[in-house]
Amino acid sequence: MTISSSTEQICFILLGLTVIVGALGVVLINNIVYSAFLLGGVFMGVAGLYLLLNASFVAAAQVLVYVGAVNVLILFAIMLVNKREELKPIKALQIRKILSAGVCGGLLILLFRVDLTTKWSTPGPAAIGEKATERIGEHLFSDYLLPFELASVLLLMAMIGAIVLARRDVLTSDVVTGDVVNQNLIEKSNEPILIDQSNKQ
Amino acid sequence: MNIASAPIPLQGYLLIASMLFCIGVWGLINSRNAVRVLMSIELMLNAVNINLMAFSSYIDGDLIRGQVFTVFVITVAAAEAAVGLAILISLYRNRTTVDMESFNLLKW
Repeated sequence: MTISSSTEQICFILLGLTVIVGALGVVLINNIVYSAFLLGGVFMGVAGLYLLLNASFVAAAQVLVYVGAVNVLILFAIMLVNKREELKPIKALQIRKILSAGVCGGLLILLFRVDLTTKWSTPGPAAIGEKATERIGEHLFSDYLLPFELASVLLLMAMIGAIVLARRDVLTSDVVTGDVVNQNLIEKSNEPILIDQSNKQ
Repeated sequence: MNIASAPIPLQGYLLIASMLFCIGVWGLINSRNAVRVLMSIELMLNAVNINLMAFSSYIDGDLIRGQVFTVFVITVAAAEAAVGLAILISLYRNRTTVDMESFNLLKW
């Protein structure tokens, strides 16, 4: 028993527990803000698993993109829409939860069986370890060049799409009367257009 | 060679990824808050990434194509989160709720 391998095992078990318990917290905790912070913990745990797999570049990308961008974006969205609202009760909600838990448990058992009974062709070729970052760069600029360029186009499309979807149209003149609209009050409350009109009458 | 000195098997990573994926599926089905649905999708994407990274390290250790795929998946996930949250905010502005059960205009 060497120190390095037992340290590796302890780290693996701790990170695995962090990921699984954190994920359970994300889906089970009622307060959505706690869920978002736990999601950040799950992302950090996954980054730690990548470090155990000798993939420092992807671990850094995981921390930068997931914890730094996606999680912060989710927190901002929660701040924008977090209104205490009473959810309408739904009949048979408990039955629905139990049924879906059964389906997911079945899927889990199936996946476990596939994981444990398949004869994976390990060990493969020797891992290149610390040279992984260089190898990723070589891949990105040779045989994965087209997906790399397409990813940049996709990011541009996502950026423009997000701006178009989320912005609020401000009109300089009233559509009906043609009068100039008071621009001091951009954040005025406008009537939501798709609200169920039947319960107003 | 006892069990304590053995390296971590590939199956360990696969089991963690399976559990994470199933938790994500359950959360996706049962969440009533639309933000939590997006979080569940991120969990599932992370489970897939763990699988790709484990296979890349254990079976394709020389060429590590799985790590390149993971970088692309992270890119697409970031784009998905941005557009998804924009749609969510637009929905919230129109319906003043984030309850998934009230987004049923196209249901039947």
